[in-house]
Amino acid sequence: MEAFDPAELPELLKLYYRRLFPYAQYYRWLNYGGVVKNYFQHREFSFTLKDDIYIRYQSFNNQSDLEKEMQKMNPYKIDIGAVYSHRPNQHNTVKLGAFQAQEKELVFDIDMTDYDDVRRCCSSADICSKCWTLMTMAIHIIDRALKEDFGFKHRLWVYSGRRGVHCWVCDESVRKLSSAVRSGIVEYLSVVKGGQDVKKKVHLSEKIHPFVRKSINIIKKYFEDYALVDQDILENKESWDKILALVPETMHDELQQSFQKHHNSLQRWEHLKKAASRCQNNSKNDKCGPWLEWEIMLQYCFPRLDINVSKGINHLLKSPFSVHPKTGRISVPIDLQKVDQFDPFTVPTISSICHELDVISTKEEEKENGAESDIKHRTRDYKKTSLAPFVKVFEQFLENLDKSRKGELLKKSDLQKDF
Amino acid sequence: MQFLGGNRRKLRLADDQRNACYPHSLQFYLQPPSGNISLIEFENLAIDRVKLLKAVENLGVSYVKGSEQYQSKLEAELRKLKFSYRENLEDEYEPRRRDHISHFILRLAYCQSEELRRWFIQQEMDLLRFRFSILPKDKIQSFLKDSHLQFEAISDEEKTLREQDIMASSHSLGGVQLELESVYKIPFADALDLFRGRKVYLENGFAYVPLKDIVAIILNEFRTKLSKALALTARSLPAVQSDERLQPLLNHLSHSYTGQDYSTQGNVGKVSLDQIDSLSTKSFPPCMRQLHKALRENHHLRHGGRMQYGLFLKGIGLTLEQALQFWKQEFIRGKMDPDKFDKGYSYNIRHSFGKEGKRTDYTPYSCLKIILTNPPSQGDYHDFGFSKRDTLPGSLSEVL
Repeated sequence: MEAFDPAELPELLKLYYRRLFPYAQYYRWLNYGGVVKNYFQHREFSFTLKDDIYIRYQSFNNQSDLEKEMQKMNPYKIDIGAVYSHRPNQHNTVKLGAFQAQEKELVFDIDMTDYDDVRRCCSSADICSKCWTLMTMAIHIIDRALKEDFGFKHRLWVYSGRRGVHCWVCDESVRKLSSAVRSGIVEYLSVVKGGQDVKKKVHLSEKIHPFVRKSINIIKKYFEDYALVDQDILENKESWDKILALVPETMHDELQQSFQKHHNSLQRWEHLKKAASRCQNNSKNDKCGPWLEWEIMLQYCFPRLDINVSKGINHLLKSPFSVHPKTGRISVPIDLQKVDQFDPFTVPTISSICHELDVISTKEEEKENGAESDIKHRTRDYKKTSLAPFVKVFEQFLENLDKSRKGELLKKSDLQKDF
Repeated sequence: MQFLGGNRRKLRLADDQRNACYPHSLQFYLQPPSGNISLIEFENLAIDRVKLLKAVENLGVSYVKGSEQYQSKLEAELRKLKFSYRENLEDEYEPRRRDHISHFILRLAYCQSEELRRWFIQQEMDLLRFRFSILPKDKIQSFLKDSHLQFEAISDEEKTLREQDIMASSHSLGGVQLELESVYKIPFADALDLFRGRKVYLENGFAYVPLKDIVAIILNEFRTKLSKALALTARSLPAVQSDERLQPLLNHLSHSYTGQDYSTQGNVGKVSLDQIDSLSTKSFPPCMRQLHKALRENHHLRHGGRMQYGLFLKGIGLTLEQALQFWKQEFIRGKMDPDKFDKGYSYNIRHSFGKEGKRTDYTPYSCLKIILTNPPSQGDYHDFGFSKRDTLPGSLSEVL
C-alpha cells in the first residue's frame, strides 16, 4: 500500500473528488427518495478547506451541484448537519428566529480516547489491534439495542478514519425525534459513569435490566481474549491494583496474596470471580453473586458514548466517505455481518486508492485507446479500487431504505384507497 | 360559550346523547363545552370547583395522598359538591357536565400568572390521579382510547412471554405477580421518563409499562396538555375579560386563592405546648422531628437549630408567649440560669416574632432555604434531614 503523505492531500483530493467519490449513492442516501420536498436542498454541509478554513451552512440544489462544488473547493473534511427550515446557504436572508434545524439522523460517536483509563496498550489518538476489540464490542452492544430494543431499522456504521466509529440511524421517524428523546436514548445506553476523579464507574443494582444483561453476555464472548490476554489487566501489581480499586477493601489483602501466587491474568481472574461471588456479611450493600465481576467487566469493556454528539439536532458529524486528513484513511461503512473481521489498518487510504486508479488507468489506456466516454469511466472508477466493497455495503444499506420507503408509500396509498 | 342573562335554560338531551357526551367519570378536558349557560350557573360552577380544588389541596397536606383517609375524604368532598368521580353511579350526566364546564371556567381565571397556573395544574393533577385510581380495570382501556392515548393492554400470552424481562425492568412491581397486573404497550418515545433511566422493558420500539407506571405517564401527558392550554387561554383572555359580566367574577376567583401562605396570623393559638411532643412524632417533617428530639435530649440547640425550629413552631401556630415559655422551660432543664436565658435568648425569640429590631415578622424557612444555607457541622442538628447520613435519628426507612 502506498504510504500516505499529508502534504500530497491537495492533489490526491482532486483525483478523489473527480474520479472516486460515490456521488450517486451519496445523493441517493441524503435525498431519501425525494418524498419530502427540498429535503436535500435544506440540508447543511460544512467544509474544512486547506489551512483549516471552516465554512458552515453549505447547501446544494441537486447531485450535480454538489459534485461541482466539491470538485471546486476540494474540502479536506466534510461534515453533515441538519435539515433546516430554509436553504442553509440563504440563512442570512431569513427573518431572525425563523431559521430552525428541523430533522436529522440520530448519530453516535464512539471514540477510543474515552477508554484511556482502561486500556494499557495505547492512549489518546493511537489505536492498535489489541484495543480495537473495544470498538467491536461497542458496535455489537449498541447495534443490538438500537435494533431490538428501539426497533430502529436503518443503521449505518462508519469507521471514523482514525480512532473510532460513528453510527447513523436513518429511519424516517428517528430523523424527527426531539432533542429530549435523543438524550434519553443515550442515557438508556449508558452504564459507565464518572470522569477522571471517579474510580468505580459502574454500579449495578440487584435487578439487572435486560439491556444490561444482554450487553454483559456480549462482553463475555470477548472478555478472556481481550482483557485477560491482549490487555492482560491482571498482569502485575501495578495493573491489578487498578482492579482492586473497584473491589471492597475487605477483599484486598486476600486478593493481593493470592494474585502473587498465581501466574497469569486468567488464573487471577478466576480467583477474583470466586472471591467476589462469596457472600460478604459486612455491608448491607453487597449482594451475593456475580455483580462485582460484572461491574468490572462493564467498566473495562462497555461502550462510552458522547451525549453531546447525539442530543443536538443541529450537531455536525463527519461524513461517510470523507477523508481523514491525518491518516489519509477513508471513512468507510462497516459491514454489520463482518464486524469481527473489520480491521481499521486495512482500510484504504486516499493515496492507496489513487495509486490503484493510476495503475489501472494506465493499463486500460494501453488496451482501449479511449473508446469509452469519460463519464462512464468516472462512474465505475471506484469499482476498480479497494473502495468497491465498502461502496457495496453502502448500497445494501440504501436498498433497505428504498424497500422501507416503498412499503410505507404502499401502506399510505392503501389507507387513502389510491389504486 | 354563550351566556344568557336572566332565566336559566337547561339543555334537555335524550339519555343516549347524554351518555355519549360524557362516557367516563373523568376526562382530560380536551374539548371545551358548548351550549348556553346562565350567569348564575356560571358563577356557581366556578365557585364550587374552587372549593373542590382547595379541598384537594388541603387533603393532600393533611393526609398522605392515596391513603385510605385521603381517598374517602376526597370522595366525600366530590359527592358533596356534586362533581363526578366514580363510574357506575346513577345519573352521572349532570355531575360530569358540571365537572367539564367548571374546569374550563377556572382555566380563564387561573391562566393569568405563573403561580396561579402552577397551583391549578397541581390540584387538577391530584384530582385526576384520584379519579383514575378508583377507575375499574376494565374501564381503563376504553378511557385511554377515548382520550386518544395510544396505550394498549397486552394479552396474557404476551405477558407470559416477556415475564422475566418485564419483572427485571420495572421497579414498581416489587414482589407482585405479573398475572394480576395489567401491562401496557406504548411507543417508547411516550415513556421518556421511564426508559431513560432504564426503568421499563423495551422491545422493538415499544415500552411494556405496568399499570402503576402508566399513571405517571398519563399524568405527565395531562400536565403537558393543560400547561399548553393555559398558555393559549392566557393569550385569548383579553377578549373574554372585555365581557363586563365576567370580569368581576374572574378577578374574584383568581384572588380568592392566596397561595402557599403560611402567615401566622391565620394560625395563631392553634397549637398548645403539651401537644408538641406528640405532634413531633406524628406530623413533623423529619428535619423538625430531629431538632425537637435533640432539644429535648440536650436541653439546648445552637443558633441555626433555634432559627429553623423556632420559626417552624411559629408557623404551626405557637404564640410569642408560648414560644418564650417553651424554650425557657427546656433550657432551664439543661441547668441554664433563668436570668441568662432572659438576657441572651429571649431577645432573639422576640426578634423572630417581629417584636424587636426592624420588626420583621419572619416566616419559616422553606426546604430550599434549609438545604442551601448554613450547612450543619458537628454538634448541629438543623438539617434538611434527607442527606445520606446513617446517624440521622428517625431515618427515612424508620419513618416510612
